[in-house]
Amino acid sequence: MASGKRPEHRAPPEIYYNEEEARKYTSNSRIIEIQQQLSERAIELLRLPEDQCCFILDIGCGSGLSGECLTEQGHVWVGLDISRHMLDVAVLRECEGDLIYGDMGQGIPFRAGSFDGAISVSAIQWLCNADKKGHHPPKRLYKFFSMLYASLNRGAKAVLQLYPENSSQLELITQQAMRAGFTGGLVVDYPNSTKAKKMFLCLFSGGSVQELPPGLGTDVNNADQSQHVAYSDKRERVKNMRGKPPKKSRDWILEKKERRKRQGKDVRADSKYTGRRRARKF
Amino acid sequence: MKLITHNMLSSNIIKGVKNGYPLGIQATDVQVNEVDFNPDFVARIIPKLQWPILCQAAESIGHLGDLPKELISDFESNEEFLKKAHHILMEIEVKEGNLVCPETGRKFPISNGILNMLLNEDEV
Ligand SMILES: C[S@@+](CC[C@H](N)C(=O)[O-])C[C@H]1O[C@@H](n2cnc3c(N)ncnc32)[C@H](O)[C@@H]1O
Repeated sequence: MASGKRPEHRAPPEIYYNEEEARKYTSNSRIIEIQQQLSERAIELLRLPEDQCCFILDIGCGSGLSGECLTEQGHVWVGLDISRHMLDVAVLRECEGDLIYGDMGQGIPFRAGSFDGAISVSAIQWLCNADKKGHHPPKRLYKFFSMLYASLNRGAKAVLQLYPENSSQLELITQQAMRAGFTGGLVVDYPNSTKAKKMFLCLFSGGSVQELPPGLGTDVNNADQSQHVAYSDKRERVKNMRGKPPKKSRDWILEKKERRKRQGKDVRADSKYTGRRRARKF
Repeated sequence: MKLITHNMLSSNIIKGVKNGYPLGIQATDVQVNEVDFNPDFVARIIPKLQWPILCQAAESIGHLGDLPKELISDFESNEEFLKKAHHILMEIEVKEGNLVCPETGRKFPISNGILNMLLNEDEV
């Protein structure tokens, strides 16, 4: 967010995405390009079976830019959005998808197993704000995720690109997703660039445990560190995030010895005593 | 609103509604638009549909045509049948009207083809 306050702090989404803001989605080439890039990446991360046309839900479909990407790849989609003006732009654009005017925080109005996958581009962070008197963000997030989970085929994925305001928002969002039954985690593209960095919450609805794809723009040699954070196990997650074992642990010592060896230093051979506490000397 | 979407929709987001399925259709403007026929997609979506509900919905807006009310067993390889299903699922659109919750009678207006499912806070 280059200029000033975040959109979510200015107004509720149905007000913020007014006629003027909606028009930008047809006229501002930078906005259009970014939305398309994010959509294409989200669809790629869905990893749908090759050459198969699928039935996809687009959450916060807005003006239909993301939907157009789905259509281009041969998929049939339904979009949900809370801004009437954005949906009107989608109609003007003659989108192929069916459009629903609704609030994702009120749930996903579909019967079980309707969709082969779901995407969302720059929308779900809006759920972290309480815009109405009765709004309780954790409850709305849970409602959203649990009904999304039910509306997906078993084994289907949801890829949600988001702009969390801070780490506690991200924590809240992922927590509610896991509570609703999803597994999966975060894929971060270009984690070392403040501008290009993009986050995709990749969620799996049941089926076998699947590996997360790597983020873009990350060092291939460090593939296991920093670029994606799996949420299957909290401890594991903290370890992955830091990429380092706790200080003075056996793993920490082994890693340090390894580093020294690589630097050509003289290092004692590893043994079963490595990293153990020594008995006190008298 | 296409009939493929109607076949999947439920009003179970309303507080106290159990299945919310199927939604009734009151159509005042129905249009037919040509959509590219993709036999693979239609064949793959058919097992996920409630076939009798599709026929009932098509009939209620006067577009059942000669679609068989009984799902045939060899639909995957029957191009003629898949074409008919494609037409009903993808090409018929309710532009104006209402969908109706089967349990509460709550109406969800359709205008300009967009279905309004936004609830009041006391319905959540
Ligand atoms: C950055 S725009 C994405 C636009 C869209 N991908 C497109 O192609 O135009 C985010 C969208 O999320 C929608 N949104 C925000 N909160 C929402 C909610 N609670 N329910 C449904 N849509 C919401 C906004 O109305 C807005 O259209």
